[in-house]
Amino acid sequence: MIEDGKPLFVQIAEQVEDLIVDGTVAEEARAPSTNELATFYRINPATAAKGINMLVSKGVLYKRRGVGMFVAPGARELLLKERRNDFALRYVQPLLAEARRIGLGPEDVADLVRAGEATAVPATAAPIDQPDRRTP
Amino acid sequence: MSAVIEVRDLTKSYKDAVALDGISFDIEQNAIYGLLGRNGAGKTTAMSILTAQNLPSSGQVKVFGENPYENPKVLSRMCFVRESQKYPDDATARHAFAAARLFFPNWDQGLADELIDDFQLPLKRTIKKLSRGQLSAVGVIIGLASRAEITFFDEPYLGLDAVARQTFYDRLLADYAEHPRTILLSSHLIDEVSNLIERVLLIDAGRIIMDQSAEDARAMATNVVGDAAAIDRAVGGREVIHRESLGRVASVTFLGHLDNAERSVLAAEGLELAPVSLQQLIVRLTQQRSAGAPHVAPAAPEGSLR
Repeated sequence: MIEDGKPLFVQIAEQVEDLIVDGTVAEEARAPSTNELATFYRINPATAAKGINMLVSKGVLYKRRGVGMFVAPGARELLLKERRNDFALRYVQPLLAEARRIGLGPEDVADLVRAGEATAVPATAAPIDQPDRRTP
Repeated sequence: MSAVIEVRDLTKSYKDAVALDGISFDIEQNAIYGLLGRNGAGKTTAMSILTAQNLPSSGQVKVFGENPYENPKVLSRMCFVRESQKYPDDATARHAFAAARLFFPNWDQGLADELIDDFQLPLKRTIKKLSRGQLSAVGVIIGLASRAEITFFDEPYLGLDAVARQTFYDRLLADYAEHPRTILLSSHLIDEVSNLIERVLLIDAGRIIMDQSAEDARAMATNVVGDAAAIDRAVGGREVIHRESLGRVASVTFLGHLDNAERSVLAAEGLELAPVSLQQLIVRLTQQRSAGAPHVAPAAPEGSLR
């Protein structure tokens, strides 16, 4: 879950974004606090705070004084847009590179994607690698 | 942030050896520092001098802006958990905690009781008869429950098993989050503590060779695996801190950052990039230096390597 070359605070921000994208934490709901993230992921609170601050400047979270961090209205839409933009670069390019290496053309890949979609588990299934300790 | 500890040109020499060789650094308030380095690098000596349990040969140490030596105002705000703390022969853990409670103004008995429970520490047995792990638990409990403004943990985990160490890390983080304070943790188990610490101080042969945030340290070096000739072209003039090869394939660790354009060039050449963990980085740096290599050149713009 943690550790793949990206800075830790970026990974923390992505974990929080995942909660928003999959609807676990709704808009206007309270986001996990710095200390909750620090104890859950076993990282220094300053690192967690850096991840949270990144989301604040991105407009995903906002601060209510004395209460905590909340998910901004429109945050989910913002994140979906960003991730759809990244999709080609992050997933399709590596997929095509490996396909070329083993002699599969774009059409073969498209067929495999369709076949995969037919047997895939429904997208609503709960992702298993999500933290089970959520905002209380 | 303000510095709670300021060290300038600190040297400690013994008859035939120099333990600390003119080191200077600041410790900022309310952060967790990892004091890392090999055995004999000078970690314990530095901690002893900062807590006035040892005297410098030369140089200056200021804690809360004052000289800590025989200075009760300063000493009662610091807690030093030594790796091998000595206790009187007939002392029990209960005696040790009672004494700590008198000495540390912020002592939290509730936390101490919880920790005694966590570590299943026998209170009535004399400390002399405790196992190595139980002895370490006594120190860890005093270090955490004292809630001192500056707490030094010198390899506090000796003899603690993996479960007990995790308990220590979890308790440390949770209590630090609730009660921010300054913590210096010396450790060999770099992988275990690398996510806990905010800044890294790396001591090697009595000198500070790294003083920077853990985040920056983790991004300092990159490992690349692939065709040796292609790697040499890609790495260019960057400083290589480690190289291994297997036939035409090489694995090279170098200092410096790659931008996205450079990364895609490497990927197109079929080279695989991997991050270098703090532990790997420190092993490489201290190994390289002990092998007699020249000083590591500054990698970051502000010259965070010294």
